[in-house]
Amino acid sequence: MIFWKLFYTFCKIGIFNFGGGYAMIALIQNEVVEKQAWMTAQEFTDIVAVSQMTPGPIGINVATYAGYTAVINAGYDPWLGVAGAFLASFSVILLPFILMLLLSHYLLKHKENKDLKNIFSTLRITVLGLIAAAALLLATPANFGSLSESPLQFYLSLAIFAIVFLLSLKKKVSPILLILLSGVVGFLVYGI
Amino acid sequence: MAGYFELLWSFFKIGSFTLGGGFAMIPLMEKELVQRKQWLSKEEFLDLLSVSQAMPGVFAVNMATSIGYRLRGKRGAVMAVLGNILMPILTILLLAMFIRYFRDNAVVESIFKGIRPCVVALIAAPVFTMAKNAGLTWQNCWIPLLAAALIWLLGVSPVLIIIIAGIGGFLYGRIKDRKEASA
Repeated sequence: MIFWKLFYTFCKIGIFNFGGGYAMIALIQNEVVEKQAWMTAQEFTDIVAVSQMTPGPIGINVATYAGYTAVINAGYDPWLGVAGAFLASFSVILLPFILMLLLSHYLLKHKENKDLKNIFSTLRITVLGLIAAAALLLATPANFGSLSESPLQFYLSLAIFAIVFLLSLKKKVSPILLILLSGVVGFLVYGI
Repeated sequence: MAGYFELLWSFFKIGSFTLGGGFAMIPLMEKELVQRKQWLSKEEFLDLLSVSQAMPGVFAVNMATSIGYRLRGKRGAVMAVLGNILMPILTILLLAMFIRYFRDNAVVESIFKGIRPCVVALIAAPVFTMAKNAGLTWQNCWIPLLAAALIWLLGVSPVLIIIIAGIGGFLYGRIKDRKEASA
């Protein structure tokens, strides 16, 4: 039953996310695309794009949208998709919420605990690998076009990737602006 | 003293007007909760911030949980979290339905064709921008490299990697301590 699986999967994603929004994108990608195959890499990429441009924490946005899409892709009514969206969003915050109520007092007192510091500093660098893997797994022909079938799309995608990568690395250009501009380029090249 | 509804409303405003993820909420939260409402001192705010960062989950929601809890207990935490995520959930749901409806539209598809490589680049870039803050060095860069290879090439679950990394970090610290103690 997809609702039980959604609940379990997003609970797991929430409690194992130690590295902010992008780490959560990596965890969600792995669960909903690779493991459960609820949606394609392409659908997931579109979800991330929309989630970047709407208000709120990106982890919640992606969870909401992915929950909705997973239920609808499984062949259920759109209204059950809405239920899936709420279920995924609340599941992703459920366990951290409980943990926070139980442990925040303890953690405040033991801020300087050496074991905790060692665990968190290792997790912080490990998470970089998780995010890199998500980017690699999303660099598919469906997202970039293929050299043999659609060379124009392939080369243009590589150019967009390189420019966006450099701009967000060196110039700290806002992701929203970069998504909007890439959308305009897509419309001008493929849409007219 | 913060009322439940006031708490909900403050976090509703914070959640509705931040574009660009959880960390973009920090200045807004500080302005609303510390400066305007004076519910927390600056030190308390920073304490809760560091705890929220250390805990798993969604950073902004952890912030709402800890601040709501500090101000009005468990119910306060629920109100703050609900306020914080209500608008984002409704906005994205409306958009999801809208996009679903126009999915087969050629113009929409052409726009997304341009956006997809951009999104992949936006996910790849933080690997490098976050590296310095995460404390990445030549000595420890094998950890993320190995993690990425295991997930990408062998399909290992990221959750398993997180568990192993946590245990590894704990053991490494203990072993280092023991060596320093005996040296």
